[in-house]
Amino acid sequence: MTKKIKNLNLNFGPQHPAAHGVLRLILELDGEVVEKADPHIGLLHRGTEKLIENKTYMQAVPYFDRLDYVAPMNQEHAFALAIEKILDIDVPIRAQFIRVMFCEIGRILSHILNVTTQALDVGALTPSLWGFEERETLMTFYERASGSRLHANYFRAGGVHQDLPAGLENDIAKFCESFPKIINDLESLLSDNRIFKQRNVDIGIVTKEDALDYSFSGVMIRGSGIPWDLRKSQPYDCYEQLEFKIPVGKNGDCYDRYLCRIEEMKESVSIIKQCLAKMEKGPIKTFDGKISPPSKKEIKQSMEALIHHFKLFTEGYRVPKDEIYTAVEAPKGEFGVYLISDGSSKPYKCKIRAPGFSHLQSMDYLIKGHMLADVPAVLGSLDIVFGEVDR
Amino acid sequence: MKNLIDLEKKINSELTTKINKTEIKHNQIYIEIDKEDLIDVTLFLKTNKDTKFRQLIDITVVDFPEQSQRFKIVYLFLSHEFNQRIILNYFIGEKEVINSLTSIFPSANWMEREVFDMYGVNFKDHPDLRRILTDYGFEGHPLRKDFPLTGHSEVRYSEDKKKVISEPVKLEQNYRNFDYESPWEGTKYIQEQKDINDKKN
Repeated sequence: MTKKIKNLNLNFGPQHPAAHGVLRLILELDGEVVEKADPHIGLLHRGTEKLIENKTYMQAVPYFDRLDYVAPMNQEHAFALAIEKILDIDVPIRAQFIRVMFCEIGRILSHILNVTTQALDVGALTPSLWGFEERETLMTFYERASGSRLHANYFRAGGVHQDLPAGLENDIAKFCESFPKIINDLESLLSDNRIFKQRNVDIGIVTKEDALDYSFSGVMIRGSGIPWDLRKSQPYDCYEQLEFKIPVGKNGDCYDRYLCRIEEMKESVSIIKQCLAKMEKGPIKTFDGKISPPSKKEIKQSMEALIHHFKLFTEGYRVPKDEIYTAVEAPKGEFGVYLISDGSSKPYKCKIRAPGFSHLQSMDYLIKGHMLADVPAVLGSLDIVFGEVDR
Repeated sequence: MKNLIDLEKKINSELTTKINKTEIKHNQIYIEIDKEDLIDVTLFLKTNKDTKFRQLIDITVVDFPEQSQRFKIVYLFLSHEFNQRIILNYFIGEKEVINSLTSIFPSANWMEREVFDMYGVNFKDHPDLRRILTDYGFEGHPLRKDFPLTGHSEVRYSEDKKKVISEPVKLEQNYRNFDYESPWEGTKYIQEQKDINDKKN
């Protein structure tokens, strides 16, 4: 008598802690080997692009915080840069340094979360406890600059919303001194850890060719040995004036991507230090009253400033008809904004290119032939945040 | 090619009739083609040794409901080798079916699914054309300009039926869309009113 063996279909998520949010992954299993993975996304879809089409440019900024919510300012940066390029305005140098500094803080925020939760997924609890303490400190910096821990709404076209409060620069400098030790501690827990290596080395290998074909970017492409970083290759704001290295992996497996992230955090600390050293007092947003609001003092004294203020917060500023794609190197990869303006104060179309979307797409290719237990490890190293995948 | 102008010349001379228009703006090349030439142009951009646009960054659509060729399909390509970006576009009508890029770029799969979901554009030879971001059983295409911001239906848990049900959107207050455009520069509705009054007189 012959027995027919049927593959098992397994629902992974959307309420699974290792699904990193609301991923529903339908796995086809042959024993413990994954034959096929079909990710179902969109459970966090909020229609960001549609909403942005109905808001003025200034009102659209907070939506970018809600995309990749572990590194909010990096997203705002892409949007601000897109508008600035169309309007052809210059950003004061202090504002550029503030923006770059906070983008690097965002990168550390994101990488801590990813590295520690990846460890958590494969069974190590301590790194997340240590890492999250540092994240809390960093989010306090966010709060002191913008008034909010997570949804900063801080970057504007032409600069940033307000100057840094007194003492913040010193505290960030102090953090830069103490943080490398924490990275070393994390490394001592993980890098040579037998279990961590068993779970990550040679898992989810991406070849160079496939990294290109599957539209990978960020750590996913660098982990496979392609030295590509938009901060170096297509520098924006003041990245040209800063010195930093691009860590590149060799084997393209989960472990290499982990190492890349650790090294990137170290580079980010060095960038923050350079920003603090080079930052001088000065304006933090463009003086063009048609784009950035005047100070409270000016409003009290000048009729023109009052009109500008009123116009900016009712109608918003108008952006001439144009079409542009700008991308920044967000912690997760290339985050881009494809913006079409039609001369009014609202974008006609704003397509958001989220790196996580293409990374998650390759889940089937990455996990095919691996064991079920490798699913969380691969998912963890993809660095998925559903805010940006689902938009 | 490292130089943008050389690259534009190269593309124009190699593809000649397949290119309708090229333009350099914001350090990127914007190319307009015909719907039929998509596969040829993409293959050339990807494989030619002077272009090497090896990565498809995104596919998206812009909706212009007042035009007969309603949808503008946009492809963004990146060449790591030469550090260049290209924006490729063409226009199609509402019912037209377009070629899928999945055979050339596997990453086009989800991008095309998203375009299908959001705009209702159909792809030929796509291996798995399902909705992706919207809910199971969703109707309509949300990013079309004629789709209302509030949507058509909302879901809630019904205590009576003991399950999640979908019903038409009920708003306590209508969605208000204020027109803040400056009256000094002539808002649309004032201008329209003026024109009507002028006609009457």
